[in-house]
Amino acid sequence: MTMTSKPETKEQCFEQLLLGKTVKSEVWLEQIRLEALAHAKALNFPSSRNDDWRFTDLSALFTHGFQAVDSYARLTLQDIEKFIIPGAIRLVFVDGSYAAELSDLTHAGTGVTVAPLTDRFEDGKVEENFGRHAPYKLDAFVALNTNFFEDGAWVHVARETAAPIHLLNVATKRDNPFAIYPRCMVVMEAASRATLIEDYAGLDDGVYFSNTVTEVVLQDRAQLQHVRVQREDKNAFHVGHSSVVAGKDSKYASFSIALGARISRHTLHVKQQGEGAEIHLDGLALIGGRQIADTHTLVDHAVPRGKSVQLHKCIADGSSHAIFSGKIMVHVGATGTDSAQSSRNLLLSGKAHIDTQPQLEIFNDDVSCKHGATIGQIDMDALFFLKSRGLSEERARNLLTHAFAAEIIDKIPVPSLVESLGRTILERMNGDRAGGVSK
Amino acid sequence: MINQDSKILLEVKNLKAEVDGVEILKGVDLTVRAGEVHAIMGINGSGKSTFSKVLAGHPDYAVTGGSAIFEGKDLFALAPEERARAGVFLAFQYPVEIPGVSNSALLRLAYNTLQTERGLEELDPLEFDDLIQEKIKVVEMDPSFLGRSVNEGFSGGEKKRNEILQMAVLEPRLAILDETDSGLDIDALRIVAKGVNTLLTPDNAVVMVTHYQRLLNYIVPDYVHVMDGGRIVRTGGKDLALELEARGYDWLRVAA
Repeated sequence: MTMTSKPETKEQCFEQLLLGKTVKSEVWLEQIRLEALAHAKALNFPSSRNDDWRFTDLSALFTHGFQAVDSYARLTLQDIEKFIIPGAIRLVFVDGSYAAELSDLTHAGTGVTVAPLTDRFEDGKVEENFGRHAPYKLDAFVALNTNFFEDGAWVHVARETAAPIHLLNVATKRDNPFAIYPRCMVVMEAASRATLIEDYAGLDDGVYFSNTVTEVVLQDRAQLQHVRVQREDKNAFHVGHSSVVAGKDSKYASFSIALGARISRHTLHVKQQGEGAEIHLDGLALIGGRQIADTHTLVDHAVPRGKSVQLHKCIADGSSHAIFSGKIMVHVGATGTDSAQSSRNLLLSGKAHIDTQPQLEIFNDDVSCKHGATIGQIDMDALFFLKSRGLSEERARNLLTHAFAAEIIDKIPVPSLVESLGRTILERMNGDRAGGVSK
Repeated sequence: MINQDSKILLEVKNLKAEVDGVEILKGVDLTVRAGEVHAIMGINGSGKSTFSKVLAGHPDYAVTGGSAIFEGKDLFALAPEERARAGVFLAFQYPVEIPGVSNSALLRLAYNTLQTERGLEELDPLEFDDLIQEKIKVVEMDPSFLGRSVNEGFSGGEKKRNEILQMAVLEPRLAILDETDSGLDIDALRIVAKGVNTLLTPDNAVVMVTHYQRLLNYIVPDYVHVMDGGRIVRTGGKDLALELEARGYDWLRVAA
């Protein structure tokens, strides 16, 4: 069943999403899906009065009727070449569906399982963890994903793995706007170590809605470096949710980069569940044109001796709008918490707009928490210096903008990705000045 | 080296400039020929630093009168980057730190921009590395500074040496050194001065803006100009600097 006319209201847009197709399940999962669907219907899209969404204008999303994907494009390795990370264990999804011919599992050693979720529904570990962390009863987008996801990634790490794990989700272009629901479940067993890259990329300037959910469990002493790259097409919409649970003395490091999409939102919840867990969050949103990029993070220090260090940067050009809301909660009993949060922002144009809300909520003594936010423009002294060395105004601005972004990008523990993101950023900045956001 | 037959690089006439509506330069005249070294001295607030920034095109300063012709071109009709490409170089009094931009990347970018301007081939990173390894010898800089962010965490002396390194790479026709000696200990001063002397040729020229005579022991000027109240009030040879060192500036201020 398809609806060809554009929706006129956000209710119609939501109704259209609910027409998505039913997909493969197991009994245990079917129950979760049904429950999620009921919650989705009850919750509907967030209203602008919802405090968590009040800065984020979703109206452009509501003008499209997103259809379910019912046939799949055949892509070749050449089509995704520029996203390939050499030496990585790679799982590729095209428009939400697993593409075995593009995936490469040869680097997966013993103790590492990387597989499409649909192959693992009978795995007790999957059933034990899936849907336990992402709040499908509270968040309509999580609920939609939980009901409609067609496939996803299952990552299970039992020891140390040197090869990075690359989950590449690419979206194509179709005649009608379409919805995809990438899903990811990661379980890091005790004392295991891995580097994971969640990658959301657009291939052909398609109009689509990518609604993602990721759940990550770190058992005691596990260590995960988690890179998330959102480089969707410029007319795409991206709403992603990540829930992370950090066990005793575990280390979780997140590097979240948002470059693409007309409107994007990433919600990251990290719960320190075990004593002494360490959480590092680095984020960057770099946007221009009419883009909106929203990042909401929540770090929950629930038990003692937790540590969290967060640096989030927004760079907004054109008439774009970047939003950052970062909350650090220190619960009763979470003594000895050590937390530092910093939000640094760069406005490149007089029409761009940045909202930043660092928040600390402390229900406990004996903690060390600091936070701060700055918003600035390109440093005029640095600009003049670069021009006095012969660089054009544009070159000098790009160099300074790139340098501001590099502080985050350069931390990504995957050299080939650092390089390709650096290139993408420079191309985008040039494209922006030429009148649009280039790929 | 004074050679009255050599070509005029810079001719400034009756230059007036203001910042935030306050007139700082009130009619400066200066002629610089190829091969010459000029020193501009004066007390704080005399306008000497403003003069150097105006020549480089700093946006905070507005030219309100007069002219500056550089190798036949109207300097004030050119944007700062065009002046740089034409061969004007300003060594900054307070070099700016640029976190995230490596020294070598900046030098290569600047060098290649000039190469393109001059109709020459750009150098790739490997070729440029050969060039830069030679250039850093001029300022006795440790190669590890090339990989670091521009001036970030550099000492005062290292920053000034970095300015001269940029000068060595860009090979300007006219180098304006704005208080390059300030904040330098005697060893750093000697290295910076030696670097500048190495770069002097009969085809280029240097204008040094300085408060103290000290630098002029190492880079010997052909002309010494004293600025006061936004004008050049006295011009002489290198002996004038020694006289200023001995007598201070007051006697000239009275004369002015």
